[in-house]
Amino acid sequence: MKDIKVKIKDRFGVAHLLDAPTDMAMNIMELCKAYELPVEGTCGGMAMCASCQCYVHSNHELSEIGEAEEDMLDQAFFVKENSRLGCQLYISIEMDGLELELAPES
Amino acid sequence: MFEAGLLKLRCHLIDALPYSGGQCAEIYPKKPIYDIPAYPEILAGDLIQNLEQQIEPFEPTYTLGERAETIDKLADGNFKVTTNKGTEHTAAAVIIAGGLGSFEPRKPPISGIADYEDCGVNYMIKDPEIFRNKSVVISGGGDSALDWTIFLANVAREVILVHRKNEFRGALDSVEKVSELAKKGKIKLITEAEVIEINGNGKVESVIVNHSKEGNIEVSCDYFIPLFGLLPKLGPIANWGLEIEKNAIKVNNALDYSTNIPGIFAVGDVNTYPGKLKLILCGFHEATIAVQFAYNIVNPGKKYLMKYTTVNGITGFNGETKKAEKAVVKSI
Repeated sequence: MKDIKVKIKDRFGVAHLLDAPTDMAMNIMELCKAYELPVEGTCGGMAMCASCQCYVHSNHELSEIGEAEEDMLDQAFFVKENSRLGCQLYISIEMDGLELELAPES
Repeated sequence: MFEAGLLKLRCHLIDALPYSGGQCAEIYPKKPIYDIPAYPEILAGDLIQNLEQQIEPFEPTYTLGERAETIDKLADGNFKVTTNKGTEHTAAAVIIAGGLGSFEPRKPPISGIADYEDCGVNYMIKDPEIFRNKSVVISGGGDSALDWTIFLANVAREVILVHRKNEFRGALDSVEKVSELAKKGKIKLITEAEVIEINGNGKVESVIVNHSKEGNIEVSCDYFIPLFGLLPKLGPIANWGLEIEKNAIKVNNALDYSTNIPGIFAVGDVNTYPGKLKLILCGFHEATIAVQFAYNIVNPGKKYLMKYTTVNGITGFNGETKKAEKAVVKSI
């Protein structure tokens, strides 16, 4: 399985082009933490804190928003139409070239 | 506390939450964890219960619902930790196992909201009586917002619940009750809307609600109660003179997980060092090492001998020993 490229813009507007493995069952929150981007992942990836909220800027077809994620996005701040929780986006080959932006801290 | 107990060190736990367990107890008690050794799967809440049971022989004492606010080094070398309620504790060594910090209400990003805190903006409800015959705007869509809307409907003169969506995701029973109260006119619901501004003169007088279709609406009120759950913040620990890096306390992981202040250790998610992994498993290891060094501070010059529980079992502070029966299991 090959790595894919994911572009993530941090909260200062700096874009980071990251190599993301597709064979580690990793999610975007874990990827951000692995590259030391400022994502807390407070709840450990259970869609319960929104510290990994990001905005999806590319047109990739991503997994459907699940009930837990929708619950959390209901409570979070700075939520937009393209908001997703990084912890619920599992890295797959189809996500090659994905472009995301970290939502402000709240 | 268990490892400290084995070394005959008495521990006192201070926690801002009304119970021990931190994130596991507060955020995800019903979620399974899969990476605790010997537990293929365990609920976070059950893990905490097991840990509490495990430390019972060592008679831990607790100050719960109070946040450790300040720490002072006393002339005799001990530390005095004072909570936000003024409770003081003195100890020779302090181990900070504060996770990501103490849980504080999640505050909406409304400009100037801090100016109205305790002047009409309340993030939690301690005494519902202050809302009697007052006009209250509640914001949020979870259980807490729904429950307080139901409760205050019988206390306040007027309750207005503002929520970003047109559906609520709290307990079904609560959602139905809120819907019923709205139909009866006992409360007012403004959905697909957010509070974006607070107006007043030293005290809340109105809020501006941005509605997705109707635009901005000014709503007069005496109180604004945003209920968006809790969020861990490092809080007062950040002012203790400890070296902070990446919003965590820097420790010496090559030796004892000590901070830059001798006698203060930091373990678990609250600390940082090269190669740090924020895992419960690693927190157990760090705490075990830290208490061995805390032993030397509590008992200077005393020879320390590590003990295996498999050899002598566990002797609690009441003198009772829990150990396996001796039995010949194999003839040689």
